[in-house]
Amino acid sequence: MMRRLGLADIRAGLAGGAFSAVELVEDRLAALEAAGALNAVVTPMPDRALEAARAADRRRARGEPALPLDGAPVAVKDLFCTEGVRTTASSAMLEGFVPPYESTVTANLAAAGAALAAKTNLDEFAMGSSTATSHFGPAVNPWKAKGDARPRAPGGSSGGSAALVAASVVPAALGTDTGGSIRQPAAFCGVVGLKPTYGRCSRWGIVAFASSLDQAGPLTRSVRDAAVMLAAMAGHDPKDSTSAREPVPDFEAALGGGVRGLRIGVPREYRVDGMPDELDALWREGARWLEAAGADLVDISLPHTHYALPAYYIVAPAEASSNLARYDGVRYGLRASAGTIEEQYARTRRAGFGAEVRRRVLIGAYVLSAGYYDAYYTKAQRVRRLIARDFEQAFETVDAVLTPTAPTAAFPLGEKMDDPIAMYLNDVFTVPASLAGLPAVSLPAGLDGAGLPLGLQLIGRPFDEETVLRAAQVLEAAAGFDAEPEFVL
Amino acid sequence: MALDRATVERIAALARIEIAEEEQDALAAELGAILGWVETLNEVDTEDVAPMTSVGGHRLPWRGDEVDDGGYPDRILANAPDAAGAFFAVPKVVE
Repeated sequence: MMRRLGLADIRAGLAGGAFSAVELVEDRLAALEAAGALNAVVTPMPDRALEAARAADRRRARGEPALPLDGAPVAVKDLFCTEGVRTTASSAMLEGFVPPYESTVTANLAAAGAALAAKTNLDEFAMGSSTATSHFGPAVNPWKAKGDARPRAPGGSSGGSAALVAASVVPAALGTDTGGSIRQPAAFCGVVGLKPTYGRCSRWGIVAFASSLDQAGPLTRSVRDAAVMLAAMAGHDPKDSTSAREPVPDFEAALGGGVRGLRIGVPREYRVDGMPDELDALWREGARWLEAAGADLVDISLPHTHYALPAYYIVAPAEASSNLARYDGVRYGLRASAGTIEEQYARTRRAGFGAEVRRRVLIGAYVLSAGYYDAYYTKAQRVRRLIARDFEQAFETVDAVLTPTAPTAAFPLGEKMDDPIAMYLNDVFTVPASLAGLPAVSLPAGLDGAGLPLGLQLIGRPFDEETVLRAAQVLEAAAGFDAEPEFVL
Repeated sequence: MALDRATVERIAALARIEIAEEEQDALAAELGAILGWVETLNEVDTEDVAPMTSVGGHRLPWRGDEVDDGGYPDRILANAPDAAGAFFAVPKVVE
C-alpha cells in the first residue's frame, strides 16, 4: 500500500492530505508484523509509534507547522536506549533491561516528529558483520541470489535496520557504525548507509562498544533521506563529552550541488587481491560517472591501508573490554548466582556473553595487560595515527575518496562463522575511515551477476558530510538503482 | 603466535570470564591466530609517531562540578537483579 515511500514522499503526502500520519504508521506497523521472516525486529513499539503519529496529525489539524519527520516510521537498532522499552543489544546479558532514560539521538528524532516503530536485530553488542552473533538468531537479507534459495546475511552489525529499509518496511532506520556496521549492511542490502564524522551525533544512551569509534547514522533508500535523517539526529550534546560543537549545516540544502570541479581520489591500495571483477568494474564505472558529471578523478595513495584492519582489531577490542566491564550482574541485566562476588562476576559474564563477545573481551584484556600494553595497544594507536595522516595528506589534494564498500556481495547465512578473521575481512574498506573518524556513505551502485546489490563508498573530510552527500547523489542518479529485493512489503 | 593454557587462564581471570577446562585449547588457538594476525603491525615503522588517543585532536571540555541529575534510586534499582533498600545487593564481600 504505502510501500517504497521515502521521507520526502511522506512529507508531501501528509502536506497534501493524501494520507494521515496515523494511516501511514498503521500501514507500516502491519508491514512490520508481516516481516517476521526477516527476523529483523527484536521489540516492536506500536504504542509509541501511534502516539507520535497522533501528535503529528493533531499538529496538522491545528494548522501548526509540520516537523521535518512528522509521521515518518523509523526503526531503531536495539543498541539505542529507549525509555520504558527493553533494550537488549541482542545479548542475553541485557535481557529484561528497561532503560529509565532515552538516548539523545532517538530523543532528537522523536522531537523531529518521527514515529519510532521497532527495535531492530543486530550482532551481539554490535560485534559482527552478519547479525549471526545475535542472541535472537540472525536477521535475514531480503535479497536472494538468482537460482539460489539460501537465505543471505544482511550484513552487520546494523543488519536488522538495513533489512527493514531494503524490504521497504520502513523508509529509514537508525544504525551505529564502529568499523563498518552501517555501511557494510547498507551495501549487502542495497540501501544508503551514512556514518557521520565522529562526534557529529551524540553517543549518549547508545550501548557502548568502542567509544573512540562508535557513531550513530541513518540507513535509508535515498541520499536525500539520509540527509534529512542526519539533520534531525546531529548536534552538540553536553551529555557526551566527545560530541562536537561544530554547527550543523542544512544537509538537504547541500544536495543537488553536483560535483563539477570537485577532486575525487581513487586510492590504489583498495584494489586488493581476490576482489571480484564485477566489484572492480563497478568501482571504475563509479569513477567514470563522477568524471562525466564534471569531477576530476585523481589516483591517490593511502599507504597504511593494509594495516587498518589489524590496528582496528586491537583498538576496538581493547575499548570493548573496558566498556563491557560494566556487565557484572550487579546493577542490571543477567546475574548468575554464586557464593562469592568474584564467582558471580565470572559466571555472569560466561553465561551472558556469546562466543564472539567473549573472544573480543579476552583479546582486549590481553592487549591492555601489563607487559603487552605497549607492544599491542600503543603500537595500534601509533598505526592509527598513520592511517589518519594518510587521509589528511590525501585531503590536501582531493575533496572526497571513492572506494568499494565491502569486498563481496551478501554471503549465505552461516558462512565464515568458523573463522573469525575471514569475518573481520568484511570491514577491510570501511575500517580505515572509522579509525580516522571521517564521514563516509555507502550507496547501492549496481547488481552483481547473481542479482545481489553492490555498494560504493565515498569518504569525506571531517565534518564535511555535505560534500559526501552531494557526490553520493550524483552517483545515485547515474547508477539509477531501482532494483527490488525478493522480499518487499 | 601460540598462546598457552596458562596465558588463557590469566586473561580470563583479568576479564572476569569463567572458562571451562575443555574450552581452553580451542580458545588458545583462536586467540593465538588473531594475535598472530594483528602482529603484522610490527612491519610498520612507528618510530617518532605519537599514539593517537583522540579523534581529530578533540579536547575534552570542562564543565562545572555540579550535580545535575539523579535522586531517583527506585528508577535505577528497578533494573537491579537484587536490591536492599536504596542499594544494590551482592553476595557478602567483607567477612
